[in-house]
Amino acid sequence: MNGVLDYNARLVLAGVSLLGASAGAIGCFAVLRRRALTGDALAHAALPGLCLAFLLWGERHLPVLLGGAACSGVAGIGVIGGLRRYTRIKEDAAIAIVLSVFTGLGTVLLSLIRQRPGGSRAGLDSFIFGKTAGMTWEDLQWIAALAGATLLVVGLAYKELKLVAFDPAFARVQGWPAFTIDFVLMLLIVVAIVIGLPAAGVLLMAALLVIPGAAARFWTDRLDRMLLAAALIGLVSGGVGAGLTIVWVKVPTGPAIILTAASIFLISLLLAPRRGVVAQRLRRRCAWQILPPPECEP
Amino acid sequence: MTQAIVASPALQALWSIILGAIGGVACAILGCFLVLRRLSMLGDAISHGVLPGIAVAVLLTGHLSGPGIILGAMAFGVVTALMSQLLTSVARVTEDASLGVVFTSLFAVGVVMISVLLPHRDLDPGCVLFGDFTNAVLRTITWAGLEVPRAVPNLVLTLGLTVGFVVLLWKELKISTFDAGLAAALGFSVTLLHYLFVALVAACTVAAFESLGSILVLAMLVVPPATAHLLTDRLATMVAWAAALAASAAALGYLLASRWVFDCNVGGMIATVAGGQFALALAAAPRHGLLARQARNWRLALRMAREEILGSLYRAAESGQASAAVVVRSHSLPRWLVRLAHWQLRRRGAIEPRGGDQWRLTAVGRAEAEALVRAHRLWEAFLERHFDLPLDHLHAPAAALEHFIGPQLQSELAAELQTPPVDPHGRRIP
Repeated sequence: MNGVLDYNARLVLAGVSLLGASAGAIGCFAVLRRRALTGDALAHAALPGLCLAFLLWGERHLPVLLGGAACSGVAGIGVIGGLRRYTRIKEDAAIAIVLSVFTGLGTVLLSLIRQRPGGSRAGLDSFIFGKTAGMTWEDLQWIAALAGATLLVVGLAYKELKLVAFDPAFARVQGWPAFTIDFVLMLLIVVAIVIGLPAAGVLLMAALLVIPGAAARFWTDRLDRMLLAAALIGLVSGGVGAGLTIVWVKVPTGPAIILTAASIFLISLLLAPRRGVVAQRLRRRCAWQILPPPECEP
Repeated sequence: MTQAIVASPALQALWSIILGAIGGVACAILGCFLVLRRLSMLGDAISHGVLPGIAVAVLLTGHLSGPGIILGAMAFGVVTALMSQLLTSVARVTEDASLGVVFTSLFAVGVVMISVLLPHRDLDPGCVLFGDFTNAVLRTITWAGLEVPRAVPNLVLTLGLTVGFVVLLWKELKISTFDAGLAAALGFSVTLLHYLFVALVAACTVAAFESLGSILVLAMLVVPPATAHLLTDRLATMVAWAAALAASAAALGYLLASRWVFDCNVGGMIATVAGGQFALALAAAPRHGLLARQARNWRLALRMAREEILGSLYRAAESGQASAAVVVRSHSLPRWLVRLAHWQLRRRGAIEPRGGDQWRLTAVGRAEAEALVRAHRLWEAFLERHFDLPLDHLHAPAAALEHFIGPQLQSELAAELQTPPVDPHGRRIP
């Protein structure tokens, strides 16, 4: 596999790298707001909306499908929030309920679609497992638009998003519309998931939203640097993971990207300068040298 | 004999329901503790994280059934929980992020292992995530002299383990679920219990995955227990409810998905039915349902409206007017509620109309109103004695609290204040 990569391979590399970068950056907010698993639930919750949109529209038209997916993602957010606020169901159970029931409903609709003439050619299965290797120019355009929109929203509302990410209670007290900002944040996550779904699938999107952000958290305590680091980690994971599978054909692309990201996470976990495990251990040892541990035995 | 199930749709239906019900009940029993301990998403993580365990077991034993994959799954279930626990405690990653990192990574490891090492097995991520009822029933083995689907021995084994675990360690589970601190102080290892529990959840996940798939395993782990949690406040009742709901969801889901009704994916329909059960309980559960709560609120608002009416008529009579107008606006109660309150009072014979919008108290109403005004004025007197509030600050708290001061509290207040004849405003306490 040396020499020039073919058109398709370049498309895939560009697409997953860009997707990794934008999902990684948005994922930072999910990680900081302790909503990492909500992202997972929303990626699943998009499925019934996708199928309903297909059933209503009658043919595969990507913007309509993505609109449907976004609607049911937002409905998922609403149900999680409503259950947590108005019933005795706790947040974890609410997330799990939305994840599993929405997915179940989506599976039912999917099996109904498959029976319709032309239904099996709709390729809706790819929204679950992704078809990274078969990424199209249209997908890439959507992903580029997502990256641009993310950059724009984060750039415009940086201060507000930062405030809500770290201290929503303070934001409310200061008179900011914390709920609206929080909702914009969730909407950003939904949009990222929905755009990524056709190419990446549910699980890869969930992973790309969590792992780069969690890894970036080890390297810095500043939000701007964390966003950059997460985007970079997402970019590298996407590029390296997709590149590996071009070389090593048997490995599916999605898992390869996840494992690349996981390796970067592991390296960050161990070696990051201040928050890394090794640095922490070293610091603890130094502390004991300055201040020797008290003798336990008399 | 050997191919009876393949030939008979009725047998297939029966076995599908049995498969779904056994798996669902085992999951739902354990799920009660997941939900109560706020670990629902750990169930999701485990159901994905066991994939490498399944791959290893298939690699070693060569087949997709038997105790091998149960053991492999238990091992990786514990690994999932342990790794995310370590990430949280050692590296200070938040709980949700550590779960997210661990389960997506482990699932990816599993997918890579399967696609590289076991490319031609009937094991693909789609089957793991969504299960396949139709084929699960058709792959049969002979077990105890009977032809059964090959998932049955493992399902029966895990259901037995689950029931045994929960029955034997009921007390310990209960204490560590509701008060982990007390459990640790009583001297048994909460950690050991937790990991045993995690291993069992993993076992259930994998026993059920062939038919249900990991997403629908999560549905069975969380949704029936959450529904049961809305229906009862007692743990034993909750477990029983969850098991019954899971079994009925499996049966109803299968029937709805069968070719006689919708002809669609069985596992998805079971999860959808479980979701429907949850929605129903959410609306109509006797104590924790939304309708019951709204009804409770309205009943309370109605009682307060009635008492406001009685109180204002009493005060009007006291100040020399014989009657008072209808509308009570003091608590911004909706108009229909106030009208309903008037109607109820009139039907009870507590008030009678006096032409126009005017009403007056009857003897019955007068007695009720006296108790209420007595509560109000006693509380004002109490506030004045003990809280040193200015006179114009006494009315509002008393007006709010008068509805909740019963005869018992009234007599205690009267004793405390040595039965004062008048309230701080100089009005008589009835």
